[in-house]
Amino acid sequence: MLPITLAVALGSFGTQGADKLTLKSVNVDLPAGDRMFPDGPGADVANDNCLACHSAGMVLNQPALPKAMWEAEVDKMRNIYKAPIDDRDVEAIIRYLISIKGAN
Amino acid sequence: MGIFPLSLNIGILSAGLNPVGDTAVGRVPPTRVLMPRRRFLTTAGAVTLALASPPGLADAIVELPLPGGPNERPTTRGFPDKGALILQRTRPPLLETPFEVFDQSVLTPNDQFYVRWHWSVIPTEIDVGSFRLAVRGHVEKSLSLSLDEILALPHVELIAVNQCSGNSRGYFQPRVPGAQWSNGAMGNALWTGVRLKDVLDRAGVKAGAVQVRFNGLDEPVVAEAPDFMKSLDVDHARDGEVMIAYEMNGQQLPLLNGFPLRLVVPGWYSTYWVKMLNDIEVLDQPDTNYWMKTAYTIPDTPHASIRPGQTGVKFVPISRMVPRSFITNIKSGDTLRAGVSTLARGIAFGGDAGISRVEFSSDGGKSWQEAQLGADEGKYSFRQWQIHFGLPTAGNQLLMVRCTSSSGEAQPDTPNWNSAGFMRNVIEQTAVVVA
Repeated sequence: MLPITLAVALGSFGTQGADKLTLKSVNVDLPAGDRMFPDGPGADVANDNCLACHSAGMVLNQPALPKAMWEAEVDKMRNIYKAPIDDRDVEAIIRYLISIKGAN
Repeated sequence: MGIFPLSLNIGILSAGLNPVGDTAVGRVPPTRVLMPRRRFLTTAGAVTLALASPPGLADAIVELPLPGGPNERPTTRGFPDKGALILQRTRPPLLETPFEVFDQSVLTPNDQFYVRWHWSVIPTEIDVGSFRLAVRGHVEKSLSLSLDEILALPHVELIAVNQCSGNSRGYFQPRVPGAQWSNGAMGNALWTGVRLKDVLDRAGVKAGAVQVRFNGLDEPVVAEAPDFMKSLDVDHARDGEVMIAYEMNGQQLPLLNGFPLRLVVPGWYSTYWVKMLNDIEVLDQPDTNYWMKTAYTIPDTPHASIRPGQTGVKFVPISRMVPRSFITNIKSGDTLRAGVSTLARGIAFGGDAGISRVEFSSDGGKSWQEAQLGADEGKYSFRQWQIHFGLPTAGNQLLMVRCTSSSGEAQPDTPNWNSAGFMRNVIEQTAVVVA
């Protein structure tokens, strides 16, 4: 089989004058990801605070995680990724995350 | 006869990093890259139609066998220049390559190459006439290069694996937060572009330069959040292998893989392969930005592994990849026939080195046989392998594959663990039923 492969390759590529590359401008649409969090106490707070930066699937595809990990995630979103989450909403968001994705 | 009758051998064109002049080899037409090789063993498809209408973008639902779940993910064709991919997150996009794609060719097709973005402000319109790449900082002369100027530089080609640091994170136990990838946050492509070294030389790196920092056009939603930037040591940046790529598998990059320019850092995790690269800054001191100093760091321990909760560990930036190998034509849960010759095949890669050996076990690791290797497409590429084996008796059996790199590094037989879910490369196991 190898000789045939070589023959094909040489036939295709052994010639002079490779294609001159040109790049074409791009204009596309990206899906918004407008799915909301499932209903439950705190879902509205999660919808209001989380979905500006990422779609709900990021959370919904997570495994069940202990409370301390969810606290750390919310803390990272606020303090490193600068999500403008009001102090008064933090507890409600963490409670909601634990209600849908909590683990011991 | 070659051992891979219908596989695609393009290694003669591009083993290693080859300068390509006008009279040398041309570009590989995508049809050769995309043509599937024959399937010797038909396995049940991973994709099943959802019982209920899948949400929004979804075509179908796949099951990823992540311990503890959730296991279901939609597949989607809803992203530009992309075919069916596993939807991990819509915004910013996290799209995983369905694993069966890796059985079809040694190169991963652009339209099923995985996608990973950190921030959701991603330009959707890029004009090739006005795009500029800045080179600045600790240099003799700042540059603002048009794409035409970059395309006029000498170009190079290289086949290399691009793999997310967190590929396979979903298999960490205990589970850790982050993108819950199965094994498809990786791909292998023929990259064409210019040497980073050549671009840096045009600017003239000044004495005292320490690192080179790369930034792309993506931005965080909240302006104060840390822009995504990565850095390489200046000697690495000038090693002649690191590339600014404008082509992937003979075509311009899909927007979601970094159009128009992406850094290629052979042998290193994809976090360094900055997409939509538009800014290169030579630094005269080490980069301490969040994405180098805090994020993408690993325990400075063997296999980057620690115990959950372990403290007092030194963390260092993640860097080179480690060896991995996979069976691509048989998956867990498949039924194989006893007493007949069966073909197993798959892919392996050495991380930052080539593959010297792939071994296969059909008895749960009690005995190992050396597999036949496919064409060598260069040390940074996937390497195909195959072996014929028999299963004498009915019952449950574990198939395993392991590889050793050309630098002598082998895969571990126990999984590593770290809190970020990075650098998994344990020997894979495939549980089959023999009937």
